Amino acid sequence: MAFDKSEVEKIAHLARLQLSDSEADEVTVRIGDILRLIDQMQSVNTDAVEPLAHPLDVVQRLREDEITEKDQREELQTLAPNCRDGLYLVPKVLE
Amino acid sequence: MIEKTVAELSVALASGDISSVELTQAYLNRIAELNTELNAFITVCDESALDQARAADAARANGEAGALLGIPMAHKDIFCTQGISTTCGSRMLQNFVSPYDATVVKRFKAAGAVTLGKTNMDEFAMGSSNENSFFGPVRNPWDTNRVPGGSSGGSAAAVAAGLCAMATGTDTGGSIRQPAAFCGITGFKPSYGRVSRWGMIAFASSLDQAGTLCQSAEDAALMMNVMAGLDSKDSTSIDRDVEDYTATLDDSLDGLKIGIPRQHFAQGLNAEVEQAIRDALREYEKLGATIKEIDLPNNHLSVSAYYVVAPAEASANLSRYDGVRYGYRCENPLDLEDMYKRSRSEGFGDEVKRRIMVGTYALSAGYYDAYYRKAQKIRRLIKNDFNAAFEEVDIIVGPTSPHTAFKLGAKSDPVAMYLEDIYTIAANLAGLPAISIPGGMVNGLPIGLHLVGNDFAEAKVLNIAHQFQQQTGWHRRKPSAFTQEG
Repeated sequence: MAFDKSEVEKIAHLARLQLSDSEADEVTVRIGDILRLIDQMQSVNTDAVEPLAHPLDVVQRLREDEITEKDQREELQTLAPNCRDGLYLVPKVLE
Repeated sequence: MIEKTVAELSVALASGDISSVELTQAYLNRIAELNTELNAFITVCDESALDQARAADAARANGEAGALLGIPMAHKDIFCTQGISTTCGSRMLQNFVSPYDATVVKRFKAAGAVTLGKTNMDEFAMGSSNENSFFGPVRNPWDTNRVPGGSSGGSAAAVAAGLCAMATGTDTGGSIRQPAAFCGITGFKPSYGRVSRWGMIAFASSLDQAGTLCQSAEDAALMMNVMAGLDSKDSTSIDRDVEDYTATLDDSLDGLKIGIPRQHFAQGLNAEVEQAIRDALREYEKLGATIKEIDLPNNHLSVSAYYVVAPAEASANLSRYDGVRYGYRCENPLDLEDMYKRSRSEGFGDEVKRRIMVGTYALSAGYYDAYYRKAQKIRRLIKNDFNAAFEEVDIIVGPTSPHTAFKLGAKSDPVAMYLEDIYTIAANLAGLPAISIPGGMVNGLPIGLHLVGNDFAEAKVLNIAHQFQQQTGWHRRKPSAFTQEG
């Protein structure tokens, strides 16, 4: 599968990462190498194989829908880079 | 005292030969003296450690007991610790102080263990050399020009150098077992779901599992007795009785059937390491085991499948680091998108960004079937190989790593680094319990003997490892530059 710099720029944007032009060149080479390693998988025919998503064959446990946590809003917001009046502040989104 | 195992320290504490305060102070002194050279700890908690030690001594005076009461330990810096910084080896979380304790941390606290500090690691547990830490590489106590392995390199180096009695780690593709092998200690990864992942910073959620780094299988059993068990906060933790892992350590191995995978003794394995592993296998024969060659025909695809599954899950897990609620935020963002992009680009290191991008690519429109779904099918084939093998044998044994610890800077190519985990990754894909124990020495460096058991056969794996350690003294070897009589 072709993998070039424009592909790197596209996935960097999808992953919300910023790359300089020279970084994008290096990443293109590195990820190209990694994809060649990954492509070894294609050597085996798996048409009849059921995918295994998870090592445990179990059903997700459910619990009663009840409040179990106490309100820790103030404590948790002390971790935020920028907070005021209980709100997380980010650069202006709407003019 | 520093040389003693957890089991031995436990006896010394119980008999009053030493107090937890004395022991804790002895380790803190070692850390103060040696951590600059090794860089095994990111955070040291002198005051809170001594407080916990005093509390442990007081509890003992009040008649409380417990194998880990007053034992000084370290936590990999991936486990959230209330009031103590949790960085995950990343600039992204350099200033993050968790508002809660991980379940694993809580369980050790409840058992009265003392937290000396938080250990260095590859950023977000992505790496096999500990060179990907924002806080600098850890050095191997056996040769400080060499890596300790990764990602739990700080925990492994700290145990090997006697900076703590035991440590926690996490293993997504070999991150407990490979550093344990490189540092000459015992590293155990339980079955997926046996230990709660709650409060353990997520890398690849279907592979991550918490485990132990310590001096012996007996110590691992003591730690597992505290760590293992159902946790309602982790929906993938298993609802299954927890055994007393120490109860069966002394069981005889007479009649044990050991499988050695042909694929693990093929091209790529260092000849001296192979010889040491074959010598170790003879010890098992003396203990009454029989050895049989087996096939794991899809093992060679485990690295390929892993580098789809792990990055794909990582790309989703690490999307939470957006500079809004916690973690690093860039200076003077122009707008929201600029804030996301620069916070993530400045906060994450190169390897983490590479894996996020590989995962994003593998999950992106048009590639899902070719990559993610294909990898899940390979995962099934790998699990089927193990199921077939365990029809014939009780345990699968081989080398943990193809060679001994390599020099810092020796593997700058990511793919070469990925292939480090060729023998360990399959156990994560299949969710199986596995341990690395010291199995010999090659040119003055330790090598790891790798044992993989069937689903939830923790007790069996620890028993088989313990019997080897009753028969041999490899796990008692210490790096001479970091040895101290005490």
